Parts: sequence; C-alpha cells; structure tokens
Amino acid sequence: MIDYRKMGLKVGLEIHQQLSTKHKLFCQCERFQSDEFDTHFDRRLRPTQSELGVIDPAAMFEFKKGKIIKYHANRESSCLVEADEEPPHDLNMEAAESALIVAMALKASIVDELHTMRKIVIDGSNTTGFQRTIIVALGGFLKTKDRETPVQTICLEEDAARLAADHENYREYCLDRLCVPLVEIALSPVEGPPEEIQDIALSLGRLLRATRRVARGLGTIRQDINVSIRGGRVVEVKGIQKLDLISKVVEFEATRQSGLMEIKSELEKRGAKAEGVGLPLDVTKVFEETECELVKKAIERGGIVVAVRLKNFSGLLGYEPYPDIRLGREMAEIVRFYGLGGIFHSDELPGYGITIKEMKSVKRSLEMSDVDAFVLLAGPKDSIFDAAMAIVERARDAIQGVPYETRGPTPDGKTRFIRPRPGPARMYPETDIPPIPITEELLSRLKKEVPKPWEAQIEEYSSRYGLSRKLALQVFDSEYSELFEEMALKTKVQPSLIAATLTETLVGLSRAGLRIDRLDGKDLGELFISLDKGRISKEAIPQILEVILREGVELEDAIKKTGIVTISEEELFQIVERIVKENRNLIKEKGGRAFSILMGRIMKIVRGSVDGAKVGLVLKKRIENEMKE
Amino acid sequence: MSELAGYKGSSLVLLKKSGVSIGDQIEITTPKMKYNGILMPRYEYADDLHIVIKLPNGYNVGVDVGSVHSIKRVSEGIKPHFAPPLTPPINPKLPRVSIVSTGGTIASRVDYRSGAVHPALSASELYSVVPELSHYALIDAEVLFSIYSENMKAEYWSAIASKVAEKVRDGYQGIVITHGTDTMGYTSAALSFALANVPVPVVLVGSQRSSDRPSSDAASNLIGAVIVACKAPFSGVYVVMHSDMSDDSLAVHLGTKVRKNHTSRRDAFESVNTAPVAYIKGKEIEKIKPNLPPRREDKEFVLKPNFDTRVALLKFYPSFDPEIIGYLVDKGYRGIVLEGTGLGHVGSYCYGRLKEATDRGLIVAMTSQCIWGRVRMTVYDTGRDLLNIGIIPLDDMPSETALVKMMWALGNADGIEEAKELMIRNLVGETNYRSDIERRPI
Repeated sequence: MIDYRKMGLKVGLEIHQQLSTKHKLFCQCERFQSDEFDTHFDRRLRPTQSELGVIDPAAMFEFKKGKIIKYHANRESSCLVEADEEPPHDLNMEAAESALIVAMALKASIVDELHTMRKIVIDGSNTTGFQRTIIVALGGFLKTKDRETPVQTICLEEDAARLAADHENYREYCLDRLCVPLVEIALSPVEGPPEEIQDIALSLGRLLRATRRVARGLGTIRQDINVSIRGGRVVEVKGIQKLDLISKVVEFEATRQSGLMEIKSELEKRGAKAEGVGLPLDVTKVFEETECELVKKAIERGGIVVAVRLKNFSGLLGYEPYPDIRLGREMAEIVRFYGLGGIFHSDELPGYGITIKEMKSVKRSLEMSDVDAFVLLAGPKDSIFDAAMAIVERARDAIQGVPYETRGPTPDGKTRFIRPRPGPARMYPETDIPPIPITEELLSRLKKEVPKPWEAQIEEYSSRYGLSRKLALQVFDSEYSELFEEMALKTKVQPSLIAATLTETLVGLSRAGLRIDRLDGKDLGELFISLDKGRISKEAIPQILEVILREGVELEDAIKKTGIVTISEEELFQIVERIVKENRNLIKEKGGRAFSILMGRIMKIVRGSVDGAKVGLVLKKRIENEMKE
Repeated sequence: MSELAGYKGSSLVLLKKSGVSIGDQIEITTPKMKYNGILMPRYEYADDLHIVIKLPNGYNVGVDVGSVHSIKRVSEGIKPHFAPPLTPPINPKLPRVSIVSTGGTIASRVDYRSGAVHPALSASELYSVVPELSHYALIDAEVLFSIYSENMKAEYWSAIASKVAEKVRDGYQGIVITHGTDTMGYTSAALSFALANVPVPVVLVGSQRSSDRPSSDAASNLIGAVIVACKAPFSGVYVVMHSDMSDDSLAVHLGTKVRKNHTSRRDAFESVNTAPVAYIKGKEIEKIKPNLPPRREDKEFVLKPNFDTRVALLKFYPSFDPEIIGYLVDKGYRGIVLEGTGLGHVGSYCYGRLKEATDRGLIVAMTSQCIWGRVRMTVYDTGRDLLNIGIIPLDDMPSETALVKMMWALGNADGIEEAKELMIRNLVGETNYRSDIERRPI
C-alpha cells in the first residue's frame, strides 16, 4: 500500500464541461453530432511565435512529426468558421452568461473584461491550430463534504475536433464537436487519497448540472488531472472521460512518479550530470553486417543507426522499481512519436540479434565505461536525430526526476506519453475578437440565475416528488433531470415512475446493447403524456422504448406496432366476466385462492394494455360476487 | 512604438502616474483581486477604461481602471524578441529566385505588443520559417513596400514592374511578389500588361489566413509560388493560391483572368471564363495548359510601366444617375469601363451622357457585372444602340482587368485611337475568343 501523504501526492483537477447553448461559441452552427460527413479536406499546421517571441515546445514537437491532417465535416454542424475558412463571428453571449453563472456559483472573482486568447495546439484537433479560450474568473472554491477546494481559474473555451483515427503519416478528425462551448474549471492541487479526488470531481460535476446550462451525456464532460509528488514536476493527464478512472490514473501516476524519483536518487548517488548525456552519434558503420532484423531493415531502407551515451546510467534503464515502470520503457514511448518502433538499450543487450562485438564497438565509439549505458535508435535520416535529441532530453530529465509532460489515460487507468507540456508561450491574443467588458448590469441580472446548491436540489427531489435519495441522485446525474421535472409537474404520472424510467429502464436498454442516445427528449415526454392520458399502460413502457430503438420508428408507430393501446374499463369487465364464467368450477373448488391463477390468465390477455393493479381490483370483486352467489 | 501603446484617456493617465511601461512585470491591486503579470498593450480601438495584463498562465485579462487601488512595478519584463529557428543548409547550385514583398501578411510576422505586422523578413528568416524553401531555390528577399493591398495604387504597380524588370536583368530564374489579397488581381493584371513578353515567370502570391496562425495558407502558397518561379517551363505573370480547402492543392492563374471571388476562403482566387494555366500537387507542376509563352534565356522585353489613372470603373444599377458620367467627363477623365448588366447593357436614359463622353474623346468600354460569360451587344436593341454610341465591347474580359488595361493603354499609347485599338486586341490572354463549355473549366 502506497502512503500518498508521505510521498506528497498533489492532484489538481481540471473539468471541461460542454454548455447546452443553442449555437457554437463563435458561429451560428448548432451543436449536433453525426457520423455522416460530406466535406473533406487536408491541412498542415506550423508552429508560430507567441507574442513574447517564443515558440512553444509542444507545438514544435507536433510539427516535427510532419503529419498531414484530414478533416471530415458535416454541413449541418460545421460551417466555414470550423473549416477555418472564415473569421470567427461574435462571441456567443449565451455561453458567456453560462460561464459567468458557474463562476458565481463557485464564488469566484469575475474579471472586468474578457480577452479571447489563442492557445496553440497543432496536433490538428483545432483547424486553426489554436483553441480559443477566455478567462472568465479567478479564485473561488468548491465546497464538498469535508473540505473546500480552491478554484484557480474558470475559462470559457471552444471544444476541439473529435479524433477519428491516427495513422503513421496522417491523422483524421471530425469537425462536429469543434467550437462547441466549454466551461473549464481548474482547481488548485490538493493533497488526499485518490478516492477523495474523485469525490471532488463528482461534486463539481453536480454543481455544473445544477445550473441547467450544461450538456449531458457521454463525452460532454472531460477531466484532466495534474499530478505531482514531492520533489517532482507536474504531469498533466489529459482527457479522462469516465469519472471512475480518475482514482486509478492518480494511483498509477503516483506509482510511476515514485519510481522515477527512486531512479533519480540512484543517479544522484552516482553523481550523474546533464552533461554526461552525450549528443547522438552516427554508428551505422558498426551495424553494416548486423544480424538484428530491425536494424538491418532500417539500413536497407537508407536509414541510419544513432547511439546516445548515458554516463552513470548502467542498469537503470531496465531497472523496475514498480511493475512496468522502467526508464527504458518511457524512452520507447517517446520515440514512437517520431515514427520509430522503439529503442535498444544496453541493459537489455546483447539480444534482439545485436552481438557483444557490436556492443563493444558502440561502447568504444562512445568512449564509455562500465557504469555508463547507451541507447540505440535505427530509422530514417530525417527524423532520427530529432528522436535521438528527445532521448537526450528525457535522460537529462531523469536526473531531475519527473519530467514536465502531458500524458493520456489508457482504458485500464494507466498513462502514456503524449507530448512535452506546453508552456505559457503557447498563448497569444485572438486579434479577430475585440475585448468584451463585463458590466454590473449583466452581473446583477445573472445573479438571479445562480442555482441553489445541488444538495438542496436533491433534497427537493426527495421531499417534493417522493423519490428515494438514490433515485433522486440518479435522475439528477442523468441526462434527463429537466425532463423529469417537466413531466412530474405536467402529468399525474407518479414521479418515481418517471424517474425510474429515465434512469433504470434506460440503463437496462443500454445494457442490452441499444443506443439510448438516439432517443430524443420530446419522444420521452410524449411517452409520459400518453401514459397520463391512459393511452398506454406503465407496463408497456419498456417494450415501446425497445421498439423505438430497435426499429428506429417514431413513438406513435411504436405504440401502434406493439399494439398496446389501453382497453376501456368496459372491455376489461367483459374479459374478466368471460374468464370467471369459464372457470366457475375452479372458483367453487379453490375459493379466493383461485385469484392468482385467474389473474395470470387475464394478464396474459391484457398485459401492457391495462394496469395490473386495476385488473386485480376488478377480478377480486368479481370473484367475491361469484362466491356470494 | 510608445511605452504605453494603445492606452489613452483614463487608463493612460493611471499607467503614467504609476510609472510602468508595457512589458513590465506588475502587480495590480483591486478590492476583489491582486493580479500579477505583464502589462500588455491595449487594442487601439478599445475603450480607455481597462488595463490589459498577461497572467503567468499566459492568459490576458482586462482590469477596470476605476477599481484599481494600486499598480506596482515588480520588475522590468523580458523584452520580446524574434528568435527564428536555425536555417537549414542550402545547396548553392539551386536556381535563384527573388522574393519581392509589397505587404500583406504572407511573408510577415505580427508583433503582438503593437499589433503591427512586420514584413521585413530576410531570406534567412524566410528559410527558417518555411524550411521547405531550401529544397527548391536560392532565395533573395527584398521589401519593396509594406502596405495593405487596399492602399495599393497605380504608381505602385509601376514601381513593382520596374523592380521586376531589374530582377530579370539581374538574372533571377523567377520572381515572386508577395501581396495582400484584396487587390492582388488588379496588380497581376497591371504587371501582365507592363511586363508583356517577360522571359521568366513572375508569380504573385498572398494568403487568406494570416501567417501568425498555425493554419495559415501562407507557407504552402509561398512554396508553390517558388516552385513555379524556379521550375515552370512557361513565362508571364501569374497568381498562385489554393485551389480548394486543402493545403496540398494549389492553382496557377493567368494574371489577367484571375479574380478574388470570396471574402475569406483559401480558394477565393479563381480563373474567370478560363481554366487555371496549371496546378501544383506536392512538389510538381501539373496539367500545364498548352500554348503558354515558354521560359526564355534571352532577357529581351520592353517594360511599359505607365498607367493613366484618369479612368473609372462604373457599375450600372437600376436608377443609376447618368450625371456620374457627366461628372467624369467634366473632370477630364479619359476613359470609362462600364460594368453593365447581362450581355452588356445600361439603361437607355444614360445614352445622352454616354454620347457626350464618346464625342468628347473618352474611351468607353463595356464589361458585364455577371462576372461569368461574354458581352454580346448585338442581341438586343439596347446593345445595338450602345454600339452606335461608340461603346467598345470587351468580350469576356473581367471588368477589373479592363479597368487596369485601359489605364495602361492610355498611359502608353500614342493617342486615343491607338489606345482604343489596344483595348480591342488580345495582348496577354485577357480576352478569350472561345468560351469553354464548362462554367469552371479545370
């Protein structure tokens, strides 16, 4: 068991929540997701200099990969603005207001004037090569059960394009999500066990949902976390979509960073210095006759072999302080970004067809001693030196401990290298959008829209609608809390039935493999109205929903298809009458106990068309009469 | 640039009083907040009620002047400096290309502190910003002007033409002219006439997305222009820009047939009533039209850089006031290009003033505001009447090219009759006598 307090684990949460505005942030497109794309184009992005004259390291890193970016657009959800073929329109003030309301709910200090910035991101996720982002407020705090977590910044920004595929020479993105408004809340790093961090994220999500101005559903909220331990630098893990992955990722990062700190202290003991990491040297000559397939192939294709000397690193590239945590592995992750398959290092050699003789030659070329290690790379001339320089950087960082980098989560809660962490040099003003002053009038109007705390809303769900706390939380966290309230007020249908339908029933259908995201709120609303009017019975609901989803039909057709139109009271009496008459002998024989058998027979006929409780009442009365006779 | 660029009124007073200047690390205290950051310049059109500060995370925010308790200078900031990446090695045997910049954002960088665009890119800066250029050419860069293209004037066309002639005589294999896109089509027409029979390719190039953006089309357009300048087998004046939304497809347009047909798209430039003369895919020039003038080794050509600006381009519209024509005649104008309706018409209520113009010796010519298609003035009465008045039909010539050509004809011809004759004769591909069956031939 790892002692998080002892290692000084600190985690800063950054939540990105889509806003449910009518339009995107800088154009009149509607937020709308689709898998059909009718427009395609290719681009390349280049790093530019910030207003301070500096090129961001993360941007340079992306450019050196030299990938072409293929974009796919749907003409309904993207216009020339998303294609970066038209300047942005005015800022969507509905989105700005939502962000301001969130800021007020978190008691943050709202800035006096909004300045739109360009945050350089040239991996292709933004057609412009930057994400437009605005600081709306600073400070404030999030209150949870046992603590108040300080807020650092609250920003309004545009969402990035969806990555569709990443190939060796190109990358594909879909534009439907691009420019959807997001509110980004960065919390100060706090100490505490991973579960507590997850709880903070959950509370923040609920605070956002309480505003009723945020989008719901998968992919509408994403978490980044900044993880550090004592003595190390901050590592950013980007794009965690599922809440329950947070604690796992924190745990993994804490372990990984501890491992790196152990390697650092060993290097320190040995007196390793940054200068001891040599510059890449071409050692192709050594491998002219090599048996190593990978190296041979690389040379045959006109590539070269490069070696880097790491003074005092012997044994530390393959050293595994914790399972799967090795410096060699970290280096291999980095070179993959330059299109190389991986590295060879001296701790794992001889092997892979590389002989002792070749090793000795490399060592001679690098003027190495026994406490030193080396890394070998083989690949095309034009990219290999950049990859080798990345190894030099990584080795120098190892002497410092944990490098400053951006990582991504794996589905099993581990992390992998994405790129060096961007610095403030990646920010420069969006000159196409003038600054927007925030007036007192606007703020006093919005003050009235700041929601009650989410706990109070849950309380209300329990007291007003009679929901259990569990069901209240479920419906509040679902996509449909607003629909729930609307239907609970508009119809006489029992609120707990509405809530259970919108949560448990839908979850059940989803587990059965149906795409419940295809249901639209209007259809669901109509469903409850039909129930309220007695056109359908509550038993029929799951079946109707299933038909809608399975066959892709409208609600009306689904009702007709399932044939579940409720029968009138008179029809029910007739059916009960018929069954009772047919079973007179049974009633004589069993008396009141005949009820359950007859109930079963009747329900077989009327299931879905009439409420079972009602059938029970009618049947019970009829049997009693029968017995009196 | 002043120490407090963009600030005015109350914000300027406050900053002066506090003794801080742009770039300084400062601390601003307000009742709500304490801001630490770098003092940034203010957009010149913005109000005087806010101070802009760059926070340590890179974001800028505006602070209300009225709420400021104090501004303290913490330290002098780091002055921004342009630090180009290393220049790649260049093969001295590559063809020599001259890049003459006239403005626009294509070969420039933006100083965010002043908002100013610096066009002064040296050859080495160009190589470092667009390293691919080193694969194709030995570049020599010169800044001729640094103007927005809406400020371009006929006298600047003359200066550009003379500069190109000088570069041709110096033996460059091709000349690239960077230009703001708004009026690039006019300049390309002007150079086409002034530099008729030029022995090498002269390529105008611009960008629709400024070069301060990672997605700018500046680099790919510039690379394409340099490829044409050093590799094309043809000579003459051309425009190289995107042919669709993708960065790897560029078109080469004839200088007299090209028009900016969109406010913002990368593929805004189109050849009108004709196909582009070639395309660039990757590093190759493709689909080169036959019958283009070949690149020549001799440097023989006559520079004719004069333009007479007493020429107007008039767009006819319902209720057009013919007195506008009268005004031009009285003002001593020598020529009018009419952008008429349809096949080449203006309302019959203009006949009187037009007759007066032709009688007074003005050249009056007709193009169509339809943009696509040919003027045919023999089809309707109106057209025939206008022909009788002496209006010269200009076939399928774009009206902007017609304007430029008339300025040039009047500037270089010996008398009105020779100028008229020049207007009718196809000199550098400005008139096609055959209409392709395709609306936008490729």
